[in-house]
Amino acid sequence: MSAGGDAGKPDWRGIALPAATLLLAEVAARVVGITSESLAAPSDMALAFGEALGDGSLLRATWETVAAAVAGLLAGGLLGLGIGIWFGLSRTARRLALWPVELLRPLPSVAMIPIAMMIFGFGYRMEILVVAFTCFWPMLLLTESAVRHVEPCLYEVAHMLGLTTPARVFKIVLPAALPRIFVAFRLAAGISLVVAVTVEVAANPAGLGYALMLAQQSLHPDLMFALLLWVGFVGWASNCLLLAIQRRLFSHVAGAQA
Amino acid sequence: MRAAVLSMNSVAVPAQRSGKPLIRFAGVGLDLGGRRIINDLCIELAAGEFVCVVGPSGCGKTTLLRLLAGLVKPTSGQVLREEQPVTGPSRDVAIVFQDYGRALLPWRTVAGNVSLALEAAGMPKARRHDRVMELLARVRLDAHADKFLSELSGGMQQRLQIARCLAQEPSVLLMDEPFGALDAMTRQHLQDEVAQLVRETGGTVLFITHDLEEAIYLGDRVIALRANPGHARSSLAQAIEVRLARPRDQLSTREDPEFLRLRRYLHDFVEEGHA
Repeated sequence: MSAGGDAGKPDWRGIALPAATLLLAEVAARVVGITSESLAAPSDMALAFGEALGDGSLLRATWETVAAAVAGLLAGGLLGLGIGIWFGLSRTARRLALWPVELLRPLPSVAMIPIAMMIFGFGYRMEILVVAFTCFWPMLLLTESAVRHVEPCLYEVAHMLGLTTPARVFKIVLPAALPRIFVAFRLAAGISLVVAVTVEVAANPAGLGYALMLAQQSLHPDLMFALLLWVGFVGWASNCLLLAIQRRLFSHVAGAQA
Repeated sequence: MRAAVLSMNSVAVPAQRSGKPLIRFAGVGLDLGGRRIINDLCIELAAGEFVCVVGPSGCGKTTLLRLLAGLVKPTSGQVLREEQPVTGPSRDVAIVFQDYGRALLPWRTVAGNVSLALEAAGMPKARRHDRVMELLARVRLDAHADKFLSELSGGMQQRLQIARCLAQEPSVLLMDEPFGALDAMTRQHLQDEVAQLVRETGGTVLFITHDLEEAIYLGDRVIALRANPGHARSSLAQAIEVRLARPRDQLSTREDPEFLRLRRYLHDFVEEGHA
């Protein structure tokens, strides 16, 4: 019941600083009267945003990016979840995998683009593979840690009750680790959007990342900044959604707000 | 000195009983981290007996229970149940853990926690509900079936854990300082409830406690363990029979001269062990 006790009214004071910054930028742009290829007044950004929203290009690009991010998140996240549970339960598996994990994990996701491109060429499958690769690691490591943090007494309870191994995983380990796993999922979800946009900027001609590149290359800083703010908003909104789900799911479990 | 006199007075009896014991510790020894926790322990539990184990902290009380449950294996000797060596946990042996907050599943309701034991035993879903309610009624939690743990008091949570153990229909119930974390009133209520439940089901109980009065009040027999036995002495320091009439009563039993005599005897004995 104590979980999410601060979930009441949002604190509007947090908006003061960004709003003041936008206002200042607007005033500065009007006073100086810029016609720049790299800067734009907030009002111009708003106009460009409205236009992109109106002709459907913004929503289409958003859909493309979010779909690729979610697909990669689910593919990499589920694989990481499964292997993480396995590593969490089996010390042998953990030891065998130590070196591969330590060597592969530090690879930058962007470095995976050439390999993914070699396998799939341009397109969503390549983008999804890179996102999946990036989401895999935090899910793997945090799930493993979550499983290892399951109350040892619960394992003894499962043992004494004579639960089978699958029943132990699905009735004890997973539900006990789920609050922590969900936090890992939220983290991976944030990463997935970042990586999806990165891949689109660098390689895949689709989605918000490509729209950003296009706006920059066609000398539309107003649209570019509008898209940038929109990407930030999408990330913020998805985290809010997941936080709300987290509060709803784990409100009765003490310590869910890890 | 007093202990010696009293033991002559047939209060202390050797742990030798007639008939086939349900549980037998045959010269059990256990090392943990290079330290001898339990040494040369020989005790027997008859079916239907309520045995309490007392002793200074660190004397291996909980280890004794874990040995019987099959959660740890003895370094030497054997733990036998129905003359068969205990090789691992069995559904026939249930543990009520001291820390109910750790042993229950906070994501399940009260009914769901009891249901877990039935699911483990493979009871079909259709029959579970009635059985769960029946078990909850026995620990007077049937009105709280849909609540989560965070809505229950400590005493209610411990009763829930007992209900889950009863769902296993064990022939041996192991209780590891089950009431240690509860307040005095709740504790007394639960003592009477457990005594009543055991009388109804006729199960065998091994009850670990550090409270001498609790041990005498509940037990048919009280076993005192010795801390740091080394390799020379047995862990079993003392075993006394408690011949107080049942059902026992929190007031009259505790005022019974025999109760007071046993308490004094055990108290002196445990004091000596500490010195």
